[in-house]
Amino acid sequence: MSKVGTDLVKRGMAEMQKGGVIMDVVNAEQAKIAEAAGAVAVMALERVPSDIRKAGGVARMADPTIIEEVMKAVSIPVMAKCRIGHIVEARILEAMGVDYIDESEVLTPADDKFHVDKTKFTVPFVCGAKDLGEALRRIGEGASMIRTKGEPGTGNIIEAVTHQRMMQAQIRRVQGMSEDELYAEAKNIGAPLHLLKEVHDTGRLPVVNFAAGGVATPADAALMMELGSDGVFVGSGIFKSENPEKFARAIVQATTHYQDYELLAELSKNLGGAMEGIDIATLRAEERMATRGW
Amino acid sequence: MKIAVIAVQGAFREHIQALRQLGVDAVEARRASDLENADGVVLPGGESTAIGKLMREYDMIDPVREMAAQGKPIFGTCAGMIVLANRIEGEQTVHLGLMDVTVNRNSFGRQRDSFEADLDIPVLGEAAFPAVFIRAPHIAAVGDQVEVLARYQDRIVAVRQGNLLATSFHPELTGDLRLHQYFLNISNKSVAK
Repeated sequence: MSKVGTDLVKRGMAEMQKGGVIMDVVNAEQAKIAEAAGAVAVMALERVPSDIRKAGGVARMADPTIIEEVMKAVSIPVMAKCRIGHIVEARILEAMGVDYIDESEVLTPADDKFHVDKTKFTVPFVCGAKDLGEALRRIGEGASMIRTKGEPGTGNIIEAVTHQRMMQAQIRRVQGMSEDELYAEAKNIGAPLHLLKEVHDTGRLPVVNFAAGGVATPADAALMMELGSDGVFVGSGIFKSENPEKFARAIVQATTHYQDYELLAELSKNLGGAMEGIDIATLRAEERMATRGW
Repeated sequence: MKIAVIAVQGAFREHIQALRQLGVDAVEARRASDLENADGVVLPGGESTAIGKLMREYDMIDPVREMAAQGKPIFGTCAGMIVLANRIEGEQTVHLGLMDVTVNRNSFGRQRDSFEADLDIPVLGEAAFPAVFIRAPHIAAVGDQVEVLARYQDRIVAVRQGNLLATSFHPELTGDLRLHQYFLNISNKSVAK
């Protein structure tokens, strides 16, 4: 009689996160700080992206003990990351009762050709994308939520801006196309035709579209909302700043009130130092996470 | 008629669309001044801890309580129901605390247990209502003044107390406008007074 794991149930969960901030945490204490600041969900990790960068080597799914610790600590939803294409890490996270899985380029990919077939899971997935074609490929595989890839762990917003602007510009372009142009466009951007038609008809992605990868300040979060994001993921930006409680609270409020510039000025005062940033141009090609996946 | 939809976080866009389809002037409310001249309030689904916190920080709790006291209708869905309740199981926090009910948060389990089901809601007529429950709460106990509108597997999932209406599920996601219309009918009565 009742149906679990339907598109409506999985996408609906992401709809409830809109206008909110999802924060990376590595233990129960951080998870509680995030919840108290008004986060709509937490991402349970072993290391935040900037530490993954520093550590190098292969980054894998977190130790389940950490994820369980976070799930016990808070009542808001808990997300966790699996490697791109790692079907079994995804199944483990689902079995643990994680509320959302991020098939994430922040971890080292397990498969260089195929992503997880997310339609086979009851738990919903979020995936990163740099442009409309990539977003629709992931949705075609069953992703229920999309986020920009940005460049995680850099504290530099430029890549997230580039990806969100690209996606919005492509959506506008597709909206203006005649129906017979959509077939060629589907081929050109590598997107499933039926999803491209949906974008053409509605003028938006079929699922919620968040910003991620480089948000370090309240103004960064507000900028991503201004550019049409439905909400914001903050990875290293909170717990690598000098005052995580203040940053967490200010970023939550900046996301809600992203067009109230006087308030944004207040929220930006006396926060202490933001996380240390990295100029994207100084990264070697193999250090860039956004190019992982297809 | 003007309805303010609390827009600090959550599925406010869907409620606004549903209300506009019914010919209502629906507006986003992020701070107290956005509530002025509204004839009713909708509290959307989302995360109740985030919504409650942002409503407190932007001084929206007392204005909504006043509107309720004036007999204006208030409608909460999922997180909105938690925000309306005057008791939350296992927690000290109460947000608006307007409705004489005890809610049990995430009572159907985690996200993998979220589900769709057809509900029998007698006040809306015979046709079943398509309901989607997402990490949904249920109502564990109700006071004398509270009318139970629907149950799912013996759990209370829709209630009314005078001008206050609350559901565990998300009528804003399924395109069936009967609950929004039912809410507006409460509004019409209170506006007519």
